[in-house]
Amino acid sequence: MADKKQPSDIAIWLGIADNAFTRQKTVKFGDASAVNSGRIYSFIVVFGLGALWVLASIMGFVEPFYWPTIGGTIDRVYLLVTEGFRNVPLWEHVGISVFRVISGVIFGALVGVPLGFAMGLSSTARGLFDPIVEFMRPIPPLALIPLIILWFGIDETAKIFLLFLASLFIMTIAARSGVSSVGISKVHAAYSLGASKLQILRHVILPNALPEIFTGLRTSMGVCWGTVVAAELVAADKGVGSMIMIAKNFLQTDTVVIGIIIIGVIGYIIEIFMRYLENWLIPWKGKG
Amino acid sequence: MTGIAIDGVSMVFTIPGGGEVHALNNVSLDIKEGEIVSVLGPSGCGKTTLLNIVAGFLSPTSGEVQLNNHIVKGPGSERGMVFQQGALFEWLTVSENVAFGPNMAGKPKDQTRQKVEHLLQIVGLGDFGEKPVYQLSGGMQQRVALARCLANDPDVILMDEPLGALDALTREKMQGLVLKLWEETGKTIILITHSVEEALFLGEKLIVMAPRPGRIEKIYDLPFARQGRTKSPRDIKASAEFVEKREEILSMIWEMEEEIMGQATP
Repeated sequence: MADKKQPSDIAIWLGIADNAFTRQKTVKFGDASAVNSGRIYSFIVVFGLGALWVLASIMGFVEPFYWPTIGGTIDRVYLLVTEGFRNVPLWEHVGISVFRVISGVIFGALVGVPLGFAMGLSSTARGLFDPIVEFMRPIPPLALIPLIILWFGIDETAKIFLLFLASLFIMTIAARSGVSSVGISKVHAAYSLGASKLQILRHVILPNALPEIFTGLRTSMGVCWGTVVAAELVAADKGVGSMIMIAKNFLQTDTVVIGIIIIGVIGYIIEIFMRYLENWLIPWKGKG
Repeated sequence: MTGIAIDGVSMVFTIPGGGEVHALNNVSLDIKEGEIVSVLGPSGCGKTTLLNIVAGFLSPTSGEVQLNNHIVKGPGSERGMVFQQGALFEWLTVSENVAFGPNMAGKPKDQTRQKVEHLLQIVGLGDFGEKPVYQLSGGMQQRVALARCLANDPDVILMDEPLGALDALTREKMQGLVLKLWEETGKTIILITHSVEEALFLGEKLIVMAPRPGRIEKIYDLPFARQGRTKSPRDIKASAEFVEKREEILSMIWEMEEEIMGQATP
């Protein structure tokens, strides 16, 4: 029997050749773990798009009004960093958006987690809050913007309150499902070891619910990041969303594109950071 | 009297949507302090229900359970519990799991630490104290569960198929450990099991239960648990006396299973 030819390490890394794990498998279609990364195609797409942009800029294929040239965009980044947008430095626009998201998520968790716990543990709390939570859950936070502007105007409170609402119901539902996911034998074991109700809440139910609370935090961060940008599009004079919207009014397409890229990158960083935090804080997740 | 007195306990579960299940029908049983009792029976005979009533997790429809002349009304630290699996706290290390009971009771930390170290030595996990429990094998996790129960120094240890999820070899080793712990601590132990061999080997008294309605069919007084001090487990399990009892009880349980199947097919 002839030895099978070993693919090169580079081919494996690029995901076009089978690695040591996927090589043994005969069934590949239908087994997601046997699908190679296909990393080379990702490179082709990213570099291809970049090259297309450069080419379009040099040849002048597209009016800068529709899509900026690469040179103009880089110049604009430099301007935004040094002089800022409408006299507000770029980092301040980004910082205020991130600050709003984090405040909203923190307030949402501070109210939502105890609320979810109460709903998971007491029939009174469940009965009281169930209609509100179930009613609010399917409403997209953006639909609340007009009402919140009427109530709070367009100052900082309005935006943080909107984000608070966006994260509140996610956190409530996450905490409630965390409470109901506790294995009854763990609770029984703790009672048999002499724990009081309060001790069971603190030492069994809370740690047991942490993984789901954290998943809720991650979802909240994602939803709030989307919501803050949209809220700033409607009513704000600072923040990445408002920067895009005001830039549009001045036909600064390059600033709009830069803003969109920043939104994508920050959303991605938030997700990675939360995953890292989760692995660090809750190593027992999924191992009960 | 000291020990456990189960007096005329019946348990009727109402099925949502109508109907009733008689899980236990007028079960009475006395267990002396320091006795090790195994409970055996086909699925649906109410053995786990009985254990949950003694533990105080369920309140019987009629009858009562007394421990040292006090009526059992709920769970308590004088009745420790070892579950089949999944009852360890995966967010705590091995040591923290074992120390859970003493910590909840606010015992001095130094004293608890010594106790935990000692118990981990006894169950053969002396070097595993700082490990998270989810990194341990199933057999090791059950050793932690035993140690955690003992750390609380209960009067009675209730075991709900504690070795049921283990492979055959690990299971034999763990049976030896349970017997050793019983001899050394002199605790009263009630052990629920599906395995006839395990029930014979570990029970000074073996309760065979029958289903529909759940009841005690027969009680055996057995010498094997006490023989464990002098003879090896394999010798005991291969002895003519052991084999004879095993076959007798197996055929009894087979008959019950046949009867259930007969009822199920109209």
